[in-house]
Amino acid sequence: MFETVYAVVTEEFILIPGRTSRQGVGISEGKFESSYQEEIQSLQMAPSDMQRLDLKKGDRVRLTSEDGQIEVCIIPARTDELPAGLLFIAYGDLSSRLMGGDTHGSGMPTSKGIDVQLEVLKSA
Amino acid sequence: MIESSENSSSEEIKIIKDATCTFCGCVCDDIDLKVQGHKILEAKRACVLGNGWFLNHGVDTRPDCFIEGRPAPVEEGIERAAQILSRARYPLIYGLSDTTTEAQRVAVAIADWIGGNIDTTTSVCHGPSGMAFQGVGEVTCSLGEVRNRGDMIIFWGSNPAESHPRHFTKYSLMPKGMFLPNGRKDRTCVIVDVRKTKSARAADIFIQIKPRKDFEALWTLRALAQGIDLDPVEVEEETGNPLSLWQDLMDRMKAAKFGVIFFGMGLTMTRGKHANSEALLALTRDMNRYTRFVCKPNRGHGNVTGADNVVSWRTGYPFGVNLARGYPRFNPGEYTAADVLARGEADAAMIIASDPMANFSQPARQHLASIPYVALDPKDTPTARSAAVTFTVATYGINVPGTVYRMDDVPIPLRPAFESSHPSDLEILQGIERRVRELNRQMIRADS
Repeated sequence: MFETVYAVVTEEFILIPGRTSRQGVGISEGKFESSYQEEIQSLQMAPSDMQRLDLKKGDRVRLTSEDGQIEVCIIPARTDELPAGLLFIAYGDLSSRLMGGDTHGSGMPTSKGIDVQLEVLKSA
Repeated sequence: MIESSENSSSEEIKIIKDATCTFCGCVCDDIDLKVQGHKILEAKRACVLGNGWFLNHGVDTRPDCFIEGRPAPVEEGIERAAQILSRARYPLIYGLSDTTTEAQRVAVAIADWIGGNIDTTTSVCHGPSGMAFQGVGEVTCSLGEVRNRGDMIIFWGSNPAESHPRHFTKYSLMPKGMFLPNGRKDRTCVIVDVRKTKSARAADIFIQIKPRKDFEALWTLRALAQGIDLDPVEVEEETGNPLSLWQDLMDRMKAAKFGVIFFGMGLTMTRGKHANSEALLALTRDMNRYTRFVCKPNRGHGNVTGADNVVSWRTGYPFGVNLARGYPRFNPGEYTAADVLARGEADAAMIIASDPMANFSQPARQHLASIPYVALDPKDTPTARSAAVTFTVATYGINVPGTVYRMDDVPIPLRPAFESSHPSDLEILQGIERRVRELNRQMIRADS
């Protein structure tokens, strides 16, 4: 249960939302199905960052950008896929909540390379 | 081509040869489908995304139409949709990348009749590249040329192993081509990305650059192409890689006979956006002083390239077009859907085959939720659920015939597997267009 949570660590990261095969298949299976929902709510982190922050798979964190805030579960990135300081999440409802409405005259909101504050959440 | 056979169950099994997969921009048209009734049992040669696409699009049992969440006859839905769009002062039509070229054509016509704004999902994928094409130009080729000639293949900010799983095997890396008899052995593959993605495993050279430093890395390569001396300390600090690595890459690029750069949304969605794409297009152009070099955006949705083509034929511009003055005006940032919604400008919308209620920024979603809009989608999505009028439509390529454009602008015909009880996008849009024109005539008569 995470009814009462408090942040134990706060750090700056760069978030890269992107396509995954599982997310792509999930679109075809249905966006309200569990496979898609699970994929878009999982945040990949470098194993070295997880170790440093004493995080294990399934721990919850809060990400805050200039434009929004989400809470997600952590999963370790494959071996050396992510360097320290970089996070990855599959495109979807949650990743889009961190984007701003301003497109800087391009039509495209800044959707990758988003500065985020990460807070590790623990139940009280 | 269709072959039939009987099996032990009562329904006949059909084999659809060379069906076209419309999940991603590769638009693979060599899929053999085993079909029984309203179900695809097997999709031979399809990738993981293609399998997901074909095996999860049976006929949806939801009603054809909902008005304010309640089932309604299609005719009533068309009437309500036409009323919403005709009465609006600043209507938006958006989406279109997952429907046929024929349906896209009618959607542009509706935008013209209602004096609205038309935009496609291109604006939030390779829209910045579309802007860059206008600024720099595009040295390009078909995927067939890549297959037969490309001996140096660079992927920049693109992860085809996850997003276009057959790209390597069908077009870019593995095929034995006319001038590459040994296939993969005759090609050099370079992947440039901020993450060591699944695609990196396929590369001969993987270059991991610093996040948000694509422009700097591309500009470094442009300078090296022209033999300009660079400060090694500054280059390493800016790009995260030593100058010697970039020099080595440039030497290999110049030595290639036919170089290809495929680029993805790692460039267009990151700070710099169209400037990043411009840098890559300019580098490609520069390389043609030394050898043959081309570039191609890896397009995501099955007919997003068709959307660019159709909107360009009909208005002269590829996306983000406003028709309110009776002639087309193009201005990304002003007439693009993400902006028109986030600024609270549109007062009605029609969303075709896309899901902005899940993928747009919060201000854009909040505004869309506050205005009456029409949604057409084969699936139940957040956008379909919140619409004033929702049409459950047949799936293009699986139920509906027509044409789509592969990512290299090559038109490909669709070979449907089975009929759907739901109407197609085209039928609904034609109905809305007819009614919008009638309403226009009535308004003109009332004014005179």
